Amino acid sequence: MKIVTLVKHVPDATADRTFTAADNTTDRVGVDGLLSELDEYAVEEALKIAEAGDGVEVVALTMGPDGADAALKKALQMGADSGVHVVDDSLHGSDAPATARVLAAAITKVGDVDLVLTGMASTDGGMSVVPAMLAEHLGLAHVGFVGELAVSDTAVTARRDGDVASETIEAALPAVVAVTDQINEPRYPSFKGIMAAKKKPVETWTLADLGVDAGAVGLGAASSTVREVVKRPERAQGQVVTDEGDGGTKLAEFLAAQKFI
Amino acid sequence: MAEILVLVDHVDGAVRKTTLELLTLARRAGEPAAVFLGSGFDAARDTLGEYGAAKVYVVEAPEFEQFLVVPKAEALAQLAQSSGAAGVLITSSPEGKEIAARLAVKLGSGVITDAVDVAADLTTTQSVFAGGYTVTAQVTTGAPVITVKPNAVTPEPAPATPAEEKVAVAFSDAATKARIVERKPRAATGRPELTEASIVVSGGRGTGGDFGPVEALADALGAAVGASRAAVDSGWYPHAYQVGQTGKTVSPQLYLAAGISGAIQHRAGMQTSKTIVVVNKDPEAPIFAMADFGVVGDLHTVLPQATGEIRKRQG
Ligand SMILES: Cc1cc2nc3c(=O)[nH]c(=O)nc-3n(C[C@H](O)[C@H](O)[C@H](O)COP(=O)(O)OP(=O)(O)OC[C@H]3O[C@@H](n4cnc5c(N)ncnc54)[C@H](O)[C@@H]3O)c2cc1C
Ligand SMILES: Nc1ncnc2c1ncn2[C@@H]1O[C@H](COP(=O)(O)O)[C@@H](O)[C@H]1O
Repeated sequence: MKIVTLVKHVPDATADRTFTAADNTTDRVGVDGLLSELDEYAVEEALKIAEAGDGVEVVALTMGPDGADAALKKALQMGADSGVHVVDDSLHGSDAPATARVLAAAITKVGDVDLVLTGMASTDGGMSVVPAMLAEHLGLAHVGFVGELAVSDTAVTARRDGDVASETIEAALPAVVAVTDQINEPRYPSFKGIMAAKKKPVETWTLADLGVDAGAVGLGAASSTVREVVKRPERAQGQVVTDEGDGGTKLAEFLAAQKFI
Repeated sequence: MAEILVLVDHVDGAVRKTTLELLTLARRAGEPAAVFLGSGFDAARDTLGEYGAAKVYVVEAPEFEQFLVVPKAEALAQLAQSSGAAGVLITSSPEGKEIAARLAVKLGSGVITDAVDVAADLTTTQSVFAGGYTVTAQVTTGAPVITVKPNAVTPEPAPATPAEEKVAVAFSDAATKARIVERKPRAATGRPELTEASIVVSGGRGTGGDFGPVEALADALGAAVGASRAAVDSGWYPHAYQVGQTGKTVSPQLYLAAGISGAIQHRAGMQTSKTIVVVNKDPEAPIFAMADFGVVGDLHTVLPQATGEIRKRQG
């Protein structure tokens, strides 16, 4: 069985994230990046499946600028077998539909893929649409928001907690599955894993390698555009009182003054 | 005037409030046309008319309940093409986003998710990077597909008598690939829906596992209950109530956080609340920096006292 796990390289959420002034795209240059935390759950799930079965191969795939292979490195250190980095100058400013198209072409080129595992959302753009778009391009089933997964040789069974119900879903392989942070506890790379990762193969593919037209991706082909970016004013801190036996009463007084009661 | 399709979010015909918000937004941009997929339309008819649906497309097919989103995306794509709709509005839920994603690829359209406002020209407002920035954006290719967060607008009635059109859809093989084999409805709590509530009272690790004081205050205020991930991971409250980056995003009139420190992943889900009130025993907790009103104290005494005082004032 061959599993592709999608790993996105994103700006660190705990640092200041900004936009590039020239074109209102996410600033990926002047910032520290890392493997999107939510994709670690996809990598972990792939590794668990690999450990439970025989002959399971795990390929980590990322699309992003130079440096994005840091996300692959982390996945390889955790235990993935090999990596693919799609990088091309024409990709700057690609929107979700273009990203999905490129990732779909890369998965097709990897070949014979049984399962694509992804995170529930990237921690920067956070649209949660790439996995479903990818499935649409590949003509595959997609199960999103998965909190529990079982995989056989031919199918996946997934549980997801929706707004109104908890659902169990079955889909034949090949399929795309997006997992939540409820599904497992991602491992830290071990020293052995870090050493082993250095010898694992990483391929670099351009758009030409994938047969994707450069004019169909990037900022110029984006199907939506950001008109304006405004930094939200910091919230001003209001009144803080220390409880001296009347904290609850004061709280109620505030709520009454604000007409909540 | 061009039609703006609104996907009706419903359970057996019980229309969710978010749909009324979408109809209200759609009226700004064109002629609102509700798309009702599945069974139970009779229960939904009056509500959709009351909130201004000029037209209702009804598609009845068992596939909508048996399979994940693809049948819905295919039905919407067919209707968007046949009606020449100027845009499609969908509720921003995990399911809504999956439908939007597939629909956008089918139509070759641009997609915008998590809009908090939609203007007459379908320009959207979004809140990004954990609420740190407000972004105005516009779809430039095809009929815009937009998912809108709950509470983006107050639903405004605009009584109309919608023209009803029953539509048949032929589904592709791809529509039946992800089968729902079991569905357990969530037990009703009697409280408002978390993402729709105008007041949310949330508890974190500081509750020590006892959500009693949080629930009692919520009930006094007619509020929904939320939880931090620390509380959810500890097994104290179900994941469906988690507020934050990997839970629900809420934007109520009042958010009250008790025993929650204010990690960025939690703030991402509540930062745009109108008024924020904090109860925390640590005066250094980062969440105080965003509080309109805060009490430094133990939630186990402060919340019950507040609840008692509120009950007293309510008579
Ligand atoms: C990928 C990822 C996704 C995440 N997604 C989310 C998410 O969606 N939502 C989310 O909430 N978190 C999320 N987190 C976790 C987040 O980083 C924090 O760990 C979490 O929010 C902490 O919850 P807490 O504030 O309840 O607990 P703590 O940080 O432990 O804070 C508890 C607070 O309670 C106070 N306290 C203790 N006892 C009392 C008392 N008796 N009375 C009053 N106050 C008291 C303490 O002073 C402290 O400030 C995510 C993390 C990661 C890595
Ligand atoms: N550029 C990318 N490279 C690799 N994986 C990606 C990329 N963009 C999105 N993904 C995957 O798709 C998921 C959802 O992304 P998004 O739709 O951007 O929220 C992420 O968690 C990743 O697993």
